[in-house]
Amino acid sequence: MNRIHQKLEEDKKLLSIYFTAGYPSLHDTEKVIQDLEKNGVDMIEIGLPFSDPLADGPTIQDSSTAALKNGMTTKLLFEQLENIRESVTIPLIIMGYFNPMMQYGIEAFCAKCKEIGIDGLIIPDLPVAEYHEHYQETFEKYGLINVFLITPQTSEERIRFIDSVSNGFIYMVSSASVTGATSGFGNEQESYFERIANMNLKAPQIVGFGIKDAQTFQQSTKTAKGAIIGSAFIKHLTHNGVDSIEDFVKEIR
Amino acid sequence: MKNTYQANEKGYYGDFGGAYIPEMLYPNVEELRTTYLEIMNEPSFKEEFQQLLKDYVGRPSPLYFAKRLSEKHNTKIYLKREDLNHTGAHKVNNTIGQILVAKKLGKNRIIAETGAGQHGVATATVCALMGIECIVYMGEIDIKRQAPNVARMKMLGAEVRPAMSGSKTLKDATNEAIRDWINNPVDTHYIIGSAIGPHPYPDMVTRFQSVISEEIKWQLQEKEGRENPDYVVACIGGGSNAAGTYYHFLDNPDVGIIAVEAAGKGVHSGESAATSQLGKEGIIHGCKTLLMQTDDGQITEPYSISAGLDYPGVGPLHSHLYKTGRGEFFSVTDDDAMTAGLELAQLEGIIPAIETSHALAIFNDKKFAPDDVVVISLSGRGDKDLNTYIDYFKL
Repeated sequence: MNRIHQKLEEDKKLLSIYFTAGYPSLHDTEKVIQDLEKNGVDMIEIGLPFSDPLADGPTIQDSSTAALKNGMTTKLLFEQLENIRESVTIPLIIMGYFNPMMQYGIEAFCAKCKEIGIDGLIIPDLPVAEYHEHYQETFEKYGLINVFLITPQTSEERIRFIDSVSNGFIYMVSSASVTGATSGFGNEQESYFERIANMNLKAPQIVGFGIKDAQTFQQSTKTAKGAIIGSAFIKHLTHNGVDSIEDFVKEIR
Repeated sequence: MKNTYQANEKGYYGDFGGAYIPEMLYPNVEELRTTYLEIMNEPSFKEEFQQLLKDYVGRPSPLYFAKRLSEKHNTKIYLKREDLNHTGAHKVNNTIGQILVAKKLGKNRIIAETGAGQHGVATATVCALMGIECIVYMGEIDIKRQAPNVARMKMLGAEVRPAMSGSKTLKDATNEAIRDWINNPVDTHYIIGSAIGPHPYPDMVTRFQSVISEEIKWQLQEKEGRENPDYVVACIGGGSNAAGTYYHFLDNPDVGIIAVEAAGKGVHSGESAATSQLGKEGIIHGCKTLLMQTDDGQITEPYSISAGLDYPGVGPLHSHLYKTGRGEFFSVTDDDAMTAGLELAQLEGIIPAIETSHALAIFNDKKFAPDDVVVISLSGRGDKDLNTYIDYFKL
């Protein structure tokens, strides 16, 4: 059974953290993952940096640019993660844009993920129809769960379709924005969260974008199964360094 | 099966195209995809579009027989004078079309990206014409390099927002415009300036620019008694003027299609924008096409003396023309382009944009027969490039 499925069955709200591989320093990747698990995080999105991350706000853009400058590559990420399953048991998801994966070779990329013990992928610029038609078979052959996004603008019909091809969870984007928006959640988000909860989808939902602290974590997980924090964690790393991960996680719950 | 050079319903030209967009953009792009052809075919739309092209842009643009240039290169050269359009380049054909589409869709806010500023000016112009809010994203570095065009956009009432991420040039301005669209999903239309981006943009932009080849056909009929030239030649960055110049000839194998890319300081100098030579298949700005990138799939920064040709990708139609061999691709260096620009100025009294100068340098690389009819798209005028010409030739 895929670690993501196991995790989704636990009777708790899941805290998932995104960070950019190779940031702040090139060889921080492994330590960040280990410390996040040690401090009770449920799931990790490992960001594969890209030169042109068009769904991301300035924080993740800057960390991606810095990671690439540090010398991060797809090949190096796989090397860094080679032995990660000796020390880490929580689900690990690689989140990145499609072009670097294409250049590595989709089949080779998936095979490598399986070998290392990666459980799933989030690829914002690989549309669901394209995945369904061309890549689903390969992803599934290597036991990878592919995670799709929905937004407040996604139609009900499309949400149903996305639910039907989702084999893990749905990434529920909290508001019409790129990552790292900081305005907090209002009535608009709450009614959106409720609307989705009432659809009784088969795939559980995990909320992302705009979650930065205990309050936004609680708001977003009132109906959803969990929440993902990205930009706020990266900002914390930038300002406090990799030895302060415990402080950040304790603040959230 | 016979090759076709039209996008299919999913926006593919052969292996290239599609819509690789984040879910946040899906409603906007889908709305456009399902409505653009219908809108463009409405009689009221066509009428308004044609009227504005005629009275506001100044179309048809002349097809000019360049006698002295023809003598020099011993062939029959016609120049399609897109440089005489309002705002000085072909770009306005597309912005007129798209602003009318945006109005039909009920959008009241326009965003655009620009590199050298030509598309930004063309967008700011039509927004002023229609009284619609206009925001143009431009790389911080380009803002410094292209001060006159920044001033023109401001004078036209547009807000110019610097793109500060990544390499701070055209590709980053495009990223910023896409992010703006993600943040403003309901009221905003994104006017993409080239035949790039997610489907339906490459096809929509190509159709708006196809007025160029449509006019060439009847103008050549008048002048030569034949609709089809032997060759059509255009410079290619993203490829909108080229797409428009080729469009009505794509399915006629008797018409040779010639694309001229910017080789910068030499194709293999490390400072080049010759995408067909240096690019590999990949995804850029929502479309699968040839693009310049590292082995690891990071998009690299191209170089050309011409700010309108230094895009790291090329429109999917052109990747298809390259891969199928339908188009002949050449790369022209900065030096050869500048020399060809000067030659046109002195032989014909026309100062071309440096982008266009690349197309004019084709005669170094390809010999034409004396009775060949060669139509070159004179995509823009050189006023905006005067400083570059001054520095280069020490004028």
